[in-house]
Amino acid sequence: MKPAAFEYVAVRTTEEALAELARDGQDARLLAGGQSLMPILNMRLATPRRLIDLNRVGELAYIRAHDGGVAIGAMTRQRAVEKSALVARCVPLLADAMPWVGHFQIRNRGTIGGSLAHADPAAELPAVAACLDARVTVRGPAGTRTLTADQLYWTYLTTTLAPTEILTEVWFPTAPSRTGHAWLEFARRHGDYALVGVAAAIMLEEDSVAEARLALTGVGARPVRARDAERRLVGRRPDDAALADAAERVKQVTEPQSDIHATAEYRRHLAGVLTLRALRLAVARARQAPPVTT
Amino acid sequence: MIPPEIAITVRVNERDYVERVAPRLLLSDFLRHQLGLTGTHVGCEHGVCGACTVLLDGAAVRSCLLLAVQADGARITTVEGLARDGEPLHPVQEAFREMHGLQCGFCTPGVLLSAVELLRDTPHPDDATIRRGLAGNLCRCTGYQNIVRAVRRAAELLDRR
Ligand SMILES: Cc1cc2nc3c(=O)[nH]c(=O)nc-3n(C[C@H](O)[C@H](O)[C@H](O)COP(=O)(O)OP(=O)(O)OC[C@H]3O[C@@H](n4cnc5c(N)ncnc54)[C@H](O)[C@@H]3O)c2cc1C
Ligand code: FES
Ligand code: FES
Repeated sequence: MKPAAFEYVAVRTTEEALAELARDGQDARLLAGGQSLMPILNMRLATPRRLIDLNRVGELAYIRAHDGGVAIGAMTRQRAVEKSALVARCVPLLADAMPWVGHFQIRNRGTIGGSLAHADPAAELPAVAACLDARVTVRGPAGTRTLTADQLYWTYLTTTLAPTEILTEVWFPTAPSRTGHAWLEFARRHGDYALVGVAAAIMLEEDSVAEARLALTGVGARPVRARDAERRLVGRRPDDAALADAAERVKQVTEPQSDIHATAEYRRHLAGVLTLRALRLAVARARQAPPVTT
Repeated sequence: MIPPEIAITVRVNERDYVERVAPRLLLSDFLRHQLGLTGTHVGCEHGVCGACTVLLDGAAVRSCLLLAVQADGARITTVEGLARDGEPLHPVQEAFREMHGLQCGFCTPGVLLSAVELLRDTPHPDDATIRRGLAGNLCRCTGYQNIVRAVRRAAELLDRR
């Protein structure tokens, strides 16, 4: 269980990384936190000819208020996001989900960009990005483009990024006032990938739902946004009947797969239960939510 | 073609080393084979068991998921660095000895270094925090009860210092 031989280069800037990728494209791999890539290399599931290490690219590690939201550089460690006061205040859903990503020893190294780019169908952060309509910035030989989660995720472990492109930043909008968020997941042991995870955001006006957002992980090849269930909630009083109705809808529309961790049937059951609980929690938090300023 | 070796400078347990390493050499193997620091154990080599945990610039990380070349310029603490030969044990080690927090000892180096960061972040953890904090370190022997007790005891010992 040792990686096959490869060449190694530690770049200092995004420009340099782009130049290396343009030259080596298909044969090279970017190395971020290594918490997904190194196991893959150790098990020789991949044998790239060259590794381009981004860990010394200081300009890609930052968390800052930007454009009515929070911009986070791709090489920011997951642990730094978890501990950020700005994230806790402006993007509470991200703060809620972060401690569920592996163990703290993994988050000390793992990066936010690596997690989003790795596109594991059971990962937390892609679902958080889908729920909040986050935008990722991608740089490549042809310039810079901005993608939504829907545009970024293709299928299992696969994004729409070209091999010559780098995900450089993710931007989350600041939570509007009177909004409550919740991340809930079920895993056999804390720190394992979720069997199913649910992100919920509820905005209240008077005492009815003005906006609802629901996204799930672990129930498909990519993060799933439950738009139909969201629509059913809008305009209704968020009582238990309304929330249960939405959870039932999520259960009906998700089509999880069976694998060694859980059957499709069990995953669908979890999707319903966790959606209901996440909605209840989000509503309770919305009722207490103070107005938010960036 | 075999990629050329790369020169690195690392500070391990307060001692400086200048070494040449192949790019594919894991930090865990570098510590064990090249520096002879066999206290860092290797269980799974894919980040799951936690036996290989070391402190890299003060943060607990998996040494099996790092390349030795990546440690260039870094400060590393392995279990050998917690207490020098002949000196008293580190409070976390002392607590594990006292509370029978180990049996075969295979998982222990990783557990100790995780506990060091856990207690630095949360000096007075409740049991749930201890269990969550050590969820990334697998132990096949103890059943974890005494590990949790030992970390609680370590918090007391660190308080007294
Ligand atoms: C024991 C263990 C438990 C874990 N549990 C969880 C969990 O519960 N939930 C979870 O979500 N994750 C979990 N992980 C994975 C962890 O979160 C990884 O950190 C994450 O998936 C990848 O981020 P990284 O920075 O480590 O990237 P790397 O492993 O370095 O890279 C992953 C992939 O993304 C590509 N890549 C990285 N950065 C970029 C970029 N900026 N632009 C383009 N491509 C890029 C790489 O080339 C590679 O293909 C776990 C890992 C371990 C070892
Ligand atoms: S050997 Fe590194 S985590 Fe198991
Ligand atoms: S004491 Fe034997 S594995 Fe933990």
